[in-house]
Amino acid sequence: MNNGQSSEDVLKDLTSSEYKYGFTTDVETDIIPKGLNEDVVRLISAKKQEPDWMLQFRLEAYRYWRQQPVPQWGHVKVDPIDYDNISFYAAPRKKAAAGDVDPEILKTFDKLGIPLHERDMLLGKTTGTELSAVEASSTMAVDAIVDSASQKTTYRDKLAELGIIFCSFGEAVREYPDLVRKYLGKVVPVRDNYYSALNSAVFSDGSFVYIPKGVRCPMELASYFRINSSGTGQFERTLIIADEEAYVSYLEGCTAPMRDENQLHAAVVEIYVHERAEVKYSTVQNWYPGDKFGKGGVYNLVTKRALCAGDFSKVSWTQVETGSAITWKYPSCVLKGDNSQGEFYSVAVTNNYQEADTGTKMIHIGRNTRSRIISKGISAGHSQNSYRGMVKVLPGAEGVRNYTQCDSLLLSKTCGAHTFPIMDIQNPTAIIEHEATTSKINEDQLFYCQQRGIKEEDAVSLIVGGYAKEVVQKLPMEFAVEAQKLLSLSIENSVG
Amino acid sequence: MSSYQQYIDLFNAQRALIDEHAAPVLNAQREAAAEVLQRVGLSRPKDYTHVDPEALLAADYSLNLSRYAVPTDRSDLFTCAVPELSTSVHYLVNEQLVSHSREGDDGVFSGSLREFALRYPDIAARYYNRLAMHDEAPYDVRTQSTNVTAHRPLGEAALNTLLCQDGFVLYVPDGVVVERPIQLISLLRAVEDFMACQRILIIMGEGAKASVLICDHASQLRDCKLLSLQVTEIFCAPYSSLDFYELEEHHADCRRLSSVYVEQHEGSSAAVGQYALTAGQTRNRVFIDLLGHDADTHLYGLCIADRDQQVDNITYIRHRAPKCHSDELFKYVLDEEARGSFVGRILVQEGADKTDAHQTDRNLILTPQCHMVARPELEIYADDVKCSHGATTGQLDPVALFYMRTRGIPEAEARLLLMFAFMGDVIDGIRIDPLKDRLKHLVEKRFRGELTQCRTCAIKK
Repeated sequence: MNNGQSSEDVLKDLTSSEYKYGFTTDVETDIIPKGLNEDVVRLISAKKQEPDWMLQFRLEAYRYWRQQPVPQWGHVKVDPIDYDNISFYAAPRKKAAAGDVDPEILKTFDKLGIPLHERDMLLGKTTGTELSAVEASSTMAVDAIVDSASQKTTYRDKLAELGIIFCSFGEAVREYPDLVRKYLGKVVPVRDNYYSALNSAVFSDGSFVYIPKGVRCPMELASYFRINSSGTGQFERTLIIADEEAYVSYLEGCTAPMRDENQLHAAVVEIYVHERAEVKYSTVQNWYPGDKFGKGGVYNLVTKRALCAGDFSKVSWTQVETGSAITWKYPSCVLKGDNSQGEFYSVAVTNNYQEADTGTKMIHIGRNTRSRIISKGISAGHSQNSYRGMVKVLPGAEGVRNYTQCDSLLLSKTCGAHTFPIMDIQNPTAIIEHEATTSKINEDQLFYCQQRGIKEEDAVSLIVGGYAKEVVQKLPMEFAVEAQKLLSLSIENSVG
Repeated sequence: MSSYQQYIDLFNAQRALIDEHAAPVLNAQREAAAEVLQRVGLSRPKDYTHVDPEALLAADYSLNLSRYAVPTDRSDLFTCAVPELSTSVHYLVNEQLVSHSREGDDGVFSGSLREFALRYPDIAARYYNRLAMHDEAPYDVRTQSTNVTAHRPLGEAALNTLLCQDGFVLYVPDGVVVERPIQLISLLRAVEDFMACQRILIIMGEGAKASVLICDHASQLRDCKLLSLQVTEIFCAPYSSLDFYELEEHHADCRRLSSVYVEQHEGSSAAVGQYALTAGQTRNRVFIDLLGHDADTHLYGLCIADRDQQVDNITYIRHRAPKCHSDELFKYVLDEEARGSFVGRILVQEGADKTDAHQTDRNLILTPQCHMVARPELEIYADDVKCSHGATTGQLDPVALFYMRTRGIPEAEARLLLMFAFMGDVIDGIRIDPLKDRLKHLVEKRFRGELTQCRTCAIKK
């Protein structure tokens, strides 16, 4: 996908798809011994030079997690995870002078198309023609995270002029302890669920964003996550706070090397939105999905939640899920403020033996709150793809409006597509609509394309692109092109 | 102690008495049922349903194990009739048939399950309790799919099998068309807390055709709690056609735990309707297995609940053969403090291509104290399918209300008209026209609040 792309190139890409990000970077890494116990939690906290309250937060989470049973309700097959065989902290050792990034890591991110030089833009220099019009206007600040440690956060100074804080979570704990302490665990409590408790105990790094009152963040903020070392898991924690009337658009991308083992990724994302503020959170998830026999791949078990605390606040989740052996992810909105809005747009593609159980929760607490859910599932190969969602309207939530649409597209005889929604309505003024359809690719459309000389495979990719368009167009421009290509790659060789 | 234990103890103590008043075919199933009940226990409300069988069955109900005849004068008890509809009527008081069994020259048998089991033990043994031992198939994490052959039985159905002594059976031999609808008027009547184990078995031979209407009523002579524990098993042989409608007009003090199991073979057609007009606490489960290709099924449900009534509908349609069609429509109107729950699951098994399955659930809630939960689920393992579900929960359209009021219709009347129209398409699904009209009438009366004790249709006290 590098260099000048014409439509022929895209087609060429389609015929040779392998997981492109499966390389490893050879850097000296500081890995703590495998296993999980209180000492490991203390060690992680010490390595990050954290204050005592942070350590207590971790210990409470760890003690809770240890007593909890592993949740079994998902429509996914998670092999028992051996927590004693995972190292919970791995960070590349810095070779270069303080404040600079290891050249190997820089190369890695260059290879991934993520510029860590401030003059570059995401995809800009490398992708060429298509984005040239966009380049001029789009600048992006990136927080790059390898394994457990943040490597570099770009444009920090420029953002600081506006009072925006964008830094790694570790730095935030040291430099802005009051802010972190005020908001950490407020949206996703320590005891929320099994994996969020695990994350709370051992999380290593992630991004911290604070947008002050009335500030509109002038550029996209992005986190780029990469698992590099083997035998490790990644447990990042992201906390985004949008103060009154603030706006931010946040992107998240992720990749991992190809490995035979199943690596664990258990993240927590918390978003706290004040009055009239708006947060747009976009994810293109492309963890290593395992090979075509279902061996290896990342277990992506994450908790993402936004709290629309203030009146007229708004949160929008957009996700394109193509990677991971197992995805277990429900970006949710708690609509507490009156007139607040939540949106969820999702495309989940599963191929080979991938399994995805994903969806959202919309909890309507405030009056006149509105939510919209558009979920598109595409299953191919032997994969299982489920939408699981909840719309809950509490008794005090007058005038709630929800619209949910979840469609599934089936591309093979051996895959599965499932829909498990719950609508729990306790207020008579709510208007809740849910629609779902499941079908295979329309044969008429396929025939029409083939009749015009388009190969079956390309026709399928074209139709899938159109099917997912409603979601993909919600992504920021930089991601949309990427996502579109990912979709084509993921469903390749799945016709029939 | 779990509440099922008292029934196991009762069974162990009264085994001889229970067996004596039943038939060998029925008795043969009891041991297995006791084992199942011990193993799985009674169900608890889960997955957002409201009715709690474990709690309901914990009460100390009396049972009529010695089969004392209930003193009844039929003409005095029942005046239930559907105008313009001539039916062959059977009367059931609690779980006892008070009318005679009928056996026609064409081989159609309708009447007492006990008599049938004594007279035709072979047929009865072939069908009795074959479906009720099966229920929701669990999702198997090892095979990554729902294992349709590994059934998880339901405790309540096992409890019915454990204590069942009699019931109603309809047997229609191959090729016979029963012209007159068969109506079963079932009355719960007791002077103390009472539990009735109702059992219905319907066997449709190849190419047979029949329609069955069941009217459930209750009459309390004193202030007491009545529980109706029902199991219905329906077999549809290839190319048979059956209409099965159940109308519930109970009291607020009645509890009902009903499970309907339907097995359909190739080319068969079934319409199942569950209409809860007045209920106390009701849980209806409908479980339909489409085993042969080109089978066709229609499932309708209607629920009107107010006060603190609870109605759960749990449906499960499994497409296990290609080219089957299923159509499901449920509608709820909840008022006052009523609670409703709809859990509808459609499963399409691998290889069940050309499946056409649709499910719709629409709910109206009228007060802030109501609570409605809808869970429409699709689980699909085949690719050449057309499946959809839709669910809405809301209120009456204010624009429509306003329109009607501008035309001089008072608001209360306009509301009634809209609610009535809302229920229209569920009733239109009924394939017996006079019954359709009758139900429209009853629904309208219910909305007008004139049907608190089904005075018109059923019971003179």
